[in-house]
Amino acid sequence: MSDEILSFEEAMEKYDPVLGFEVHVELNTATKMFDSAPNEFGDTPNTNITPVSLGLPGVLPVVNGKAVESSIKLGLALGCEIAPVSHFARKNYFYPDTPKNFQTSQYDEPIAANGSIDIELEDGTVFTIDIERAHMEEDAGKLTHMGGSAGRIQGAEFSLVDYNRAGVPLVEIVTRPIVGAGDRAPELARAYVAAIRDIVKALGISDARMERGNVRCDANVSLMPKGSTEFGTRTETKNVNSLRSVERAVRYEIQRHAAVLEAGEKIVQETRMWHEDTRETTAGRPKSDADDYRYFPEPDLVPVVTDSEWIERLRGELPEMPAERNKRLKTEWGFSDEEFRDVINAGALEPIEATVAAGAPASVARKWWMGEIARIAKEREVELTETGATAETVVELNKLVEAKKINDKIARQVLGFVVDGEGKPADIVEKRGLAVVSDDGALSSAVDEALAAMPDVADKIRAGKVQAAGAVVGQVMKATRGQADAARVRELILEKLGVEG
Amino acid sequence: MSDINRETVAHLAQLAHIEMTDTELDALASELGIIVESVASVSEAVSDDIPATSHPIPLKNVFREDVVGETLTAEEALSGAPDEADGKFKVPAILVED
Amino acid sequence: MSELIKLSAAELAEKLKSGEVSSVEVTQAHLDRIEATDGAALDESNRAAGKAGLNAFLHINAEEALEVAAAVDKDRAAGETLPELAGVPIALKDLIVTKGQPTTAASKILEGWMSPYDGTVTQKVRAARMPILGKTNLDEFAMGSSTEHSAFGVTRNPWALDRIPGGSGGGSAVAVAAFQAPLALGTDTGGSIRQPAAVTGSVGVKPTYGGISRYGVIAMASSLDQVGPCTRTVLDAALLHEVVGGHDPKDSTSLNEPVGPLVEQARAGAAEGGLKGLRIGVIKELSGEGFQAGVLSRFQESLDLLEQAGAEIVEVSLPSVKEAIGAYYLIMSSEVSSNLAKYDGVRFGLRELPKEGPMTIERVMAASRAAGFGTEAKRRIILGTYALSAGYYDAYYGSAQKVRTLIQRDYAKAFETCDVLVSPTAPTTAFKLGEKNESADPMAMYLGDIATVPTNLAGVPSISLPAGLADEDGLPVGIQFTAPAHEDARLYRVGAGLEAALNTKWGAPLWAQMPETESLIRDFDFGGAK
Repeated sequence: MSDEILSFEEAMEKYDPVLGFEVHVELNTATKMFDSAPNEFGDTPNTNITPVSLGLPGVLPVVNGKAVESSIKLGLALGCEIAPVSHFARKNYFYPDTPKNFQTSQYDEPIAANGSIDIELEDGTVFTIDIERAHMEEDAGKLTHMGGSAGRIQGAEFSLVDYNRAGVPLVEIVTRPIVGAGDRAPELARAYVAAIRDIVKALGISDARMERGNVRCDANVSLMPKGSTEFGTRTETKNVNSLRSVERAVRYEIQRHAAVLEAGEKIVQETRMWHEDTRETTAGRPKSDADDYRYFPEPDLVPVVTDSEWIERLRGELPEMPAERNKRLKTEWGFSDEEFRDVINAGALEPIEATVAAGAPASVARKWWMGEIARIAKEREVELTETGATAETVVELNKLVEAKKINDKIARQVLGFVVDGEGKPADIVEKRGLAVVSDDGALSSAVDEALAAMPDVADKIRAGKVQAAGAVVGQVMKATRGQADAARVRELILEKLGVEG
Repeated sequence: MSDINRETVAHLAQLAHIEMTDTELDALASELGIIVESVASVSEAVSDDIPATSHPIPLKNVFREDVVGETLTAEEALSGAPDEADGKFKVPAILVED
Repeated sequence: MSELIKLSAAELAEKLKSGEVSSVEVTQAHLDRIEATDGAALDESNRAAGKAGLNAFLHINAEEALEVAAAVDKDRAAGETLPELAGVPIALKDLIVTKGQPTTAASKILEGWMSPYDGTVTQKVRAARMPILGKTNLDEFAMGSSTEHSAFGVTRNPWALDRIPGGSGGGSAVAVAAFQAPLALGTDTGGSIRQPAAVTGSVGVKPTYGGISRYGVIAMASSLDQVGPCTRTVLDAALLHEVVGGHDPKDSTSLNEPVGPLVEQARAGAAEGGLKGLRIGVIKELSGEGFQAGVLSRFQESLDLLEQAGAEIVEVSLPSVKEAIGAYYLIMSSEVSSNLAKYDGVRFGLRELPKEGPMTIERVMAASRAAGFGTEAKRRIILGTYALSAGYYDAYYGSAQKVRTLIQRDYAKAFETCDVLVSPTAPTTAFKLGEKNESADPMAMYLGDIATVPTNLAGVPSISLPAGLADEDGLPVGIQFTAPAHEDARLYRVGAGLEAALNTKWGAPLWAQMPETESLIRDFDFGGAK
């Protein structure tokens, strides 16, 4: 049974949404957070485990030093302060996917806190999102619900547990409440999660594949009546595993909350589950006093103590962050907002960057990667970089065009031969005899022939209708199988007819 | 001082996932009451300016190299399992349909 | 009864090295002694026949022990250089995880569980080529001071079978006190090695926190637990400590420093003039009120001997120890409530189905834990859950951690003027089985830990050794020395010094006065006892 929802527009007329996000990032370390089991996705169930990941009697955790450094880097990238002293803590709750029936996490002393990032929406509007904290913890195992309907927890007859994922290092990034997004809230939600994904990818600390659960988002939504500053009751939506889902789930919850409030009822503080198939949320477990996690300092682990030397070394290892890089490239390349956005959406940023680095002008690189190469990629259903075209291909083609060895049309043909594996552009031009005919003698006679065949057009040109020359150019090009230098042909035509270009 | 009654213990037993009979709850309520009263002086013996000690011997930054070690086989992992299927631990349903 | 079993580990090691005896002979002699005195633990048929004994062992590992012994003998005959204690058998508290033998923590919830891995101390014992005789009894998950909380029956004190053997490590203490094993390992969270040593007339050491790896030792309270030796002599304890001590990268709280020259210091302490100039502080709060008269008089006698040996005796005060029991029970139970959460019938151990109602995993977990844990375990889990729960954390767990700071400061101050501190190990000698366990006031049992828990809270090392027999009941009294953290070697020096002085005074070790176990068992009415 679906819940009542209000139209988004109506909801926005009456309420202001307040958002909050908890994004979990799985780190791509070789081993788990607290033991030396491989941090591997998939594989035979219950094989990527040690006695520690299984929580057997007597085992003890030892912190993965690389995971700590990855977490500090992420904290720095989010503009956070790195804690001088940070402790691990136990979060106590019983669940069969949690081997020790507590999760080793951090509580009042997270590794990073008090940061912020700027999120730019498509139209250039910038929102600043404050980061409350980023803390280290471990992932749980994977439950599969059997029997009942379609693997859902409700009505399952029994469940099976695979602990391969148990203990995989996570960083949880928690925002402060985000106020003032208004009707941009769903869009902002998507852009925020995309930004986190891009940052962890750029840092190289996570595989950052949302479809594999490397980046997972819990979205908190509440509404307050327009003009009010008092936050409403929030819900936490889980299972939001793609950027599209983030946007849709936030939008849906806003609409659902509005309908509940309009009906004069109260929002139940609870966990909601997002269902991408029906694009709705359903009620999960209500939050209650039973959620008493009894946090206390993990006695089996010692504190992480940082100093400026360590932090600055890690800061020095940070790559340029995606947002800064975009800003820099856009300026350097002189693209318009729209052009740049299209480039990003097409996944052409890296190829263009490489092409520019290899010596082509940015506009030329964009023309090729967003034009002919994009067409080929689409036709063959592959990524741009999988077409066989490289930065060097584009640079070489451009050099041939600039040297007037070939024209644009031939260049596109040459690209076709390159991606078919015939070799490098210059060799192909040579082998196939595609060089432009720019010998004035040969061209001159071809022009003469064309003019003789089109006397009325020649008259029009003489009479000053210079644009009519195009028809003659076309005739010459046809006669030379496209290998003529079109600009030179045009010059010759006008010359012969005594007209100023 | 002690505010421990049967309901308190029943709630704690629920948090701790231990099924208890009424007799057990009553006995524990009385015993816990005694214990809690006896240990209550602890909170009076300290002040805000005293730091907490969570580890008897202060150590810091004990880290492990990120190198894969020896793992258990699925057979070893499941050797003590009360129930299993398809190489996984089998547990009763998490929720029962209302 | 073979005289081999009366030898210390150091003596056995010498005889093994010289070829005077073989490890198989030594191991078999101890297995025979276990067979003759342990009774019920031997096998199901004995249990059914009501054949009773000390019940120090929960599992006897005869076959493997003899194999290891034979291999040692073979390698020795081949002229190989072997570790110091190679061929000397040992018993392990059944909290220490062993591959190929069951590990139960004396709990029904782990009955039948076979670990797929060895604990670090187990590995070290194996690497030292010591035959493992078996696993010893304890209070369930080491929670108790009497071994009455074992799910598999009480262990009896070889000095008087109707008395507790101390706890939680009653099994390990009795195994060495009754010559079933020359050496045993125990664990000490609030006195579980030292108090059983005191009441059985044996030696027990709780090292500096982090001195011996906890990896593969079933956790009770992580910030307090320490593994340590249980022996009949101070030198043997030093020998065993050197075998199992040292840094372990699998335990984050393990000290990254070499094990001190313990054996060397034990020998130095026992030598003439070994205690000269040592400043020993008598802890005022732990040597007067609330302590049995017979305990105090033996304690005073030891102080006199120490003084005669050239040590200087001064009085020191640890004012915060009066809060130690409270702080200890709050911290310990909090950690227990979390450490014992993993026993839920999902991955290993007992699974019990609810007798009625829906069969959800939550209810199966609750039924399994209800059936698998004993009363004391449940009591501590509930207390710890309470102490950690929202609204109480600051008042209980938070305050207890602050008391810990105060106690550490007290020790630090005392060690400014003293090399070691001293007190009786326990306020009384062994009480009667059932006497405190059946009391409606659980504090009656807890208060017996007053002299031992402060060192666990502070992380400092302690040793307990026999100080004689109390006049009023003829039962053993223990004396406890405490050194600053990392200074375990001092304990062996002063312990060995006092031990030598006492042995000279008595003309023999204290165990020479212990009743003969086999006749004690023969004459005892087990039917009438609990």
